[in-house]
Amino acid sequence: MKSLYVFFRNRINLFIGGTIVLGFVLMAVFAPVIAPYHPVDDADLMVAEQAPDAQFWFGTDSQGRDILSRVIYGARISLSIGLVTQLINTIIGIVLGVTAGFFGKLWDDLIMGLTSIMLSIPSLVFALAVMALLGPGLVNVFIALGLTNWAYTCRIARSQVLSARSLDYVTASRALGYSRGRIMFEQILPNILGPILVIGTLGIAYAILIEASLSFLGLGTQPPNPSWGGMLSNAREQFFTAYWISIFPGIAIFLTVLGFNLLGDGLRDVLDPHSVLKHQK
Amino acid sequence: MHAYALKRVLQFIPTIFFITLIMFFLLNILPGSAAYLAVDQRKAPDPKLIAQLEKEWGLDKPIHIRYLNYLKGIATGDLGKSFLRKENVSRILADRIRPTLELAFASIIIAVAVGLPLGFISALKQGTWVDTLSMVGAVSGISVPQFWLGILLMFFFSVKIRIFPTSGYGDGNIINLILPAISLGVGYMALIARTTRAAVIDVLTMDFIRTARSKGLSELLVNYRHVFQNTMILVLTTVGLQFGSLIGSTVIVEKLFSWPGIGSLLVDSIYQRDIPVTQGCILVIILIFLIVNLVVDLLYAVIDPRIKYQ
Repeated sequence: MKSLYVFFRNRINLFIGGTIVLGFVLMAVFAPVIAPYHPVDDADLMVAEQAPDAQFWFGTDSQGRDILSRVIYGARISLSIGLVTQLINTIIGIVLGVTAGFFGKLWDDLIMGLTSIMLSIPSLVFALAVMALLGPGLVNVFIALGLTNWAYTCRIARSQVLSARSLDYVTASRALGYSRGRIMFEQILPNILGPILVIGTLGIAYAILIEASLSFLGLGTQPPNPSWGGMLSNAREQFFTAYWISIFPGIAIFLTVLGFNLLGDGLRDVLDPHSVLKHQK
Repeated sequence: MHAYALKRVLQFIPTIFFITLIMFFLLNILPGSAAYLAVDQRKAPDPKLIAQLEKEWGLDKPIHIRYLNYLKGIATGDLGKSFLRKENVSRILADRIRPTLELAFASIIIAVAVGLPLGFISALKQGTWVDTLSMVGAVSGISVPQFWLGILLMFFFSVKIRIFPTSGYGDGNIINLILPAISLGVGYMALIARTTRAAVIDVLTMDFIRTARSKGLSELLVNYRHVFQNTMILVLTTVGLQFGSLIGSTVIVEKLFSWPGIGSLLVDSIYQRDIPVTQGCILVIILIFLIVNLVVDLLYAVIDPRIKYQ
């Protein structure tokens, strides 16, 4: 217990971020147990737009659904989109970045050119273009966001490989006659995972924000699915009569994104001790 | 310097070429569906009418021919005709660029004016409550969804205390600009504050700072002459790189505040499947981003005399 305290004392970001993320993950997993009502089916127009009270802690929306339950179930959509799309991005980024750094030459030029083009298209705009092609819907959000945000991971993976390529353990692996695939993904990759993990954690936060934005614009997750961004899409009109409809989903997005951002910052401090030392000087 | 600037401008051409290539094929992969969607959906679709529309919009030609025609158009400033409004896309876009630029630059001004001093003070008072408070503020600023922040601002400043109008352009009144610019600028401000803090802390450990102090310069002079000027370049890099996400976010802030810019036009054109307009909007947004980055690149030399372009 004491050693845990000592570990987290100087890593307050990691602690708070981790706690928030863990809380939302538990909420998503145990949603059917925690939520007092069903997020879609328990609609009762008799209790539409009720202010928060003892029965409905977060109030009800314009169709009489319990907002607390919808926020709890919404964690499933936001978290799965954040985790799955960032996983896709990370895989694309790693494969392209590692091979670019390892092989160099024309392949490297090609990948770097593609990355700089991807980086000059704003993520939200690229995601919007993909949604324009595929049409709104949850599955399409996964595709759009999975293709949007791999460029940073790719660049970092490449630069890490470039610096690892001439290290002794890689030379040794070559001397042992390991195949190139084995050297890249079995020898080098585990050694460069730290920075990729950090950028991946921050990427989850970003993906959750973009999904919320797409759903807010009506181009993401479609009703009646309880997506936090979607719950806010009519917020402007409803704010004047029922502020709670937009307050709580907004807080949920904010806290989740904050949690992943803090976790990413905290991981960076742990995995890149150099940056901490420098800052404590 | 001039040669470098020219080289950077020339690099534009392949970038634009590839971006339009990706975007064009992405948006035009589904053949003819635009014509199908444009006809009255309530009646059974009339194949003759659809064929006629496809011919009129040039959708009957193969996709690579259409792309070449599109490129030819871009070179002469002709971005095609809107499917729905019988107007030239460049004409529609022209009215929308100004509001978007106003919004983007107002946000940058707010973000730099607040973020820079905040990061600076944080670094100088490292470890104190001032530092903690502003860094908690910064990470919150990065995490808050802009549209939600916009809704909250709207609620407090337009509904509760009626200082600002809720939405709209208001003939370019500066008072209409304030709330959207804050919603758009807060995340950017937070990033600038964090970058500035890290950069200042970095510079403070350098030998030339110790030298400056030991030769008896006042703290103010050390901070301004040596620390501030040396951190500017990092801050400028952040401003340039993150401008992309700022200009991308105008889409959502403009939609929320009914701001008549490129972003809200982009969303509307996607709803209506008006592909020429969608393409035009994306092209303009990316162009703005590339131009800002070019300017940032060229500004390096002005700010940091050590950088010379050959």
